[in-house]
Amino acid sequence: MTMGKPLPHDSAPLHVTGQARYADDVPLPAGALHLAFGLSSCAHGTITGMDLAAVRAAPGVVAVFSAEDWPKGFGEMPDCSPSVLDEPLLAVGRVHYIGQPVFLVVADSHLAARKAARLGRVAYDELPALLTVDDALAANSRFEQGPVIWAKGDAAGAIARAPHVLEGTFEVGGQEHFYLEGQVALALPAEDGGVNVISSTQHPTEIQHKVAHALHLPMSAVRVETRRMGGGFGGKESQGNALAIACALAARATGRPCKMRYDRDDDMMITGKRHDLRIRYRVGHDAEGRISGIEFTHLFRCGWSQDLSLPVADRAMLHADNCYHLPDIRIESHRLKTNTQSATAYRGFGGPQGIVGIERVIDHVAHATGREPLEVRLLNFYRSNGTGGPGSGTRFGGPHSPANSQPQTTPFHMEMEDFIGHELVAELEKTSNYLARKAEIAAWNSTNPILKRGIALVPVKFGISFTLTWLNQAGALVHVYQDGSVMLNHGGTEMGQGLNQKVAQVVADVFGLEAAAVKITATDTAKVPNTSATAASSGSDLNGMAARAAAETIRGRMADFIADKHQTKAASVRFEAGLVKLAGEHYAFAQVAAWAYQARISLSSTGYYATPKITWDRVKGRGRPFLYFAYGAAVTEVVLDTLTGENRMLRVDILHDTGTSLNPALDIGQVEGAFVQGAGWLTTEELVWNGKGGLTTHAPSTYKIPACSDRPPVFNVALWGKPNREDTVGKSKAVGEPPFNLGISALMALSDAVAACGDGSAYVALDAPATAERVLMAVRRQQGNV
Amino acid sequence: MSRIHVTTTVNGDAVEFLADPRDSLLDCLRDQLNLTGSKEGCGTGDCGACSVTVDGTLVCSCLVLGVEAEGKRIETVEGMAKGNDLHPLQRKFIEHAALQCGFCTPGILVAAKALLAENPDPSESEIRFWLAGNLCRCTGYDKIIHAVQDAAAEMRGA
Repeated sequence: MTMGKPLPHDSAPLHVTGQARYADDVPLPAGALHLAFGLSSCAHGTITGMDLAAVRAAPGVVAVFSAEDWPKGFGEMPDCSPSVLDEPLLAVGRVHYIGQPVFLVVADSHLAARKAARLGRVAYDELPALLTVDDALAANSRFEQGPVIWAKGDAAGAIARAPHVLEGTFEVGGQEHFYLEGQVALALPAEDGGVNVISSTQHPTEIQHKVAHALHLPMSAVRVETRRMGGGFGGKESQGNALAIACALAARATGRPCKMRYDRDDDMMITGKRHDLRIRYRVGHDAEGRISGIEFTHLFRCGWSQDLSLPVADRAMLHADNCYHLPDIRIESHRLKTNTQSATAYRGFGGPQGIVGIERVIDHVAHATGREPLEVRLLNFYRSNGTGGPGSGTRFGGPHSPANSQPQTTPFHMEMEDFIGHELVAELEKTSNYLARKAEIAAWNSTNPILKRGIALVPVKFGISFTLTWLNQAGALVHVYQDGSVMLNHGGTEMGQGLNQKVAQVVADVFGLEAAAVKITATDTAKVPNTSATAASSGSDLNGMAARAAAETIRGRMADFIADKHQTKAASVRFEAGLVKLAGEHYAFAQVAAWAYQARISLSSTGYYATPKITWDRVKGRGRPFLYFAYGAAVTEVVLDTLTGENRMLRVDILHDTGTSLNPALDIGQVEGAFVQGAGWLTTEELVWNGKGGLTTHAPSTYKIPACSDRPPVFNVALWGKPNREDTVGKSKAVGEPPFNLGISALMALSDAVAACGDGSAYVALDAPATAERVLMAVRRQQGNV
Repeated sequence: MSRIHVTTTVNGDAVEFLADPRDSLLDCLRDQLNLTGSKEGCGTGDCGACSVTVDGTLVCSCLVLGVEAEGKRIETVEGMAKGNDLHPLQRKFIEHAALQCGFCTPGILVAAKALLAENPDPSESEIRFWLAGNLCRCTGYDKIIHAVQDAAAEMRGA
């Protein structure tokens, strides 16, 4: 078995020697040209004039395009949007945010293109710019007609009947992806008017589709290849479209290969980020902290175009419960249109925004009731289901026995079948010694006036499957060559998560080979068509199953052939340890492949997978959008300096559920990285726009992702290790996004530390990101000297 | 602007190239010498993906001009392995799964090698702060630190 082995990333030997080739490293053919966008400096306005003479005259410039002098043969300005046709490649008549591409420069070098792009003079008639949630609400500027509302039970009634009611408002910041490799694409003109594109994208089929549309070609005339990305995190699901389209058009106009790479500042100015939002809540609870009714209002700042904002905001609603059974709930979600970058997919895809909302509520309820937050969490947990775990037993057979109750449902009416929160949290509480440390920290805080420590345990439940049901499909292509070597291709893309390694382990297992025997190749729309984005954590679930199906088809043919030769049953043939075994004989896999080839047996197959069971009606907010949930929990301990607000993590303990892991080394890496990224979102990473709508934090000098020095000195990560109850590949669970939410524990630990600065009468109400400044202000509020 | 002839040593090899005086060393390495292991992450010296050493000093090659390489000794990630024999840091990064997308890896390896040249037995804290100028968005850094500690121990013969 190679599945389940902690093998290193397949490209690791290339990564460490500098030989791993990213899109920007591909050697360019002679005569290749480089592109750069000229960007809008106005957040909202009508373009009244454009003087690009200096751009055209700049050294090295070959061509300049804008909406005003768009080549006739190109038809209308192409669209870059992944959803509705609302993102022209270059602004037409009007600009909608600072950073929007207005003109395109084609030059003989990257630097020449960038320098020339700075020389354009564009005049605007400024229009009122809607920059904030409040601006957009006041102007009723939104996507969709009005807010989306999903409800279960009677939230208002339950709150009215509740003995205690709390209300609050919570600001949650956005997040820049900060993939280390910026956006990049390369277009090579092909014969017959077609084009080959190399793109750093999570979604080659979308690039293919958009390029074909822009060039008025059938999709079959466009081939897109992605070997690897230097990080994606959702930022390369739709944001690479503009570069690929620009390159393809310029390649057609000039007949030369064209490449475009955003430099970091341009990347941050142009591309979308995680959605920031304001969350309002009203919650009814009892004296113990049991929540009866709850109302959420999500106010999402979506930016200038729709992009993926609707499904992102939907997923936030789908995660407004996290691990808690909320019998009466109403969620109102506003998708506000503003004159800022178009917020886009980012690891968790709205889920973290939903989860952090209910975690804030729980923290607030715990404060109001004076109870330990973990007790309030457990009190509100979903029941375990059928596993004999806590909450699933029969209480003396009485009428209130859980076994006699209806199954609990989520706010979107999905029955909770796989909840393991009780067992998982109990285990983590034990291994992290949470409650004992909490008491120890309280004692420490009482004798330390300047430094204060805090600790929090936060559980996570995350739904797995695309909520757009038809995206839950995948294809793969497997070849066995006559020498027994195996080539694997599938629709997923590699962005560092180790997807190719995992899928190779699955295929190797089918053939009884070592993973290294399976050659992994670049994602290529000419090999596997109609793929979904590698997103929603679905990469290994979908592509692993598709690749397994392809490999099983070939193995079946090989088994039939060799069994027939030995006049035995194919079912008795075993593929193990590089051998094919039957009827007391065993042959090398390569030998059987050679024989099968000579016997004219096909050794190539496609494979296909469509996720079963899922149904979803997004208008009603009802159905089973997810095949299953992935779970986890984290305990984070922090210390802060009450004089400066400076803070750091001291210790992190994580227990995370990846089912039966396909590769524990890769999964633990995903969990650690996701946690740190999640903690960064809620603590140090702050996006700041000035009053004109310009993003002022557009480089790592001002936008602070966690650095090596921020790593918690004690960082214990373990996998839960129990199989998925659903029939996923190897009984594994998806891992990309769920552990991102564990970073919420860092925010809650800071909240706990800040609370230790006052007498406990006022709730901390710490907004995110909890930067040192914001922490300091919260400390001052607690100390009563605001 | 006329190009300037630069003679330098890269990973022990004598090389010559023509550089626009405005080109960064990073661009010269990548575009003139086809050494694409060093990456541009930010172009402003904040992310460390372009880390190389110049006469043994760790620098961000995006902040050094190509013409400044004249007469100097440049070491990049491509020079770490001796043929097929990986440097202990490279081996330990693979063993510890201390990389994911791999884009920051070359810079971190070069920076870690420079640290161990200066301090063969760094504490966990010294490693953390030495590498604070090398951003990684994927791993959360834990495995990177373990890999550097482990490689340092091996190189000390411990």
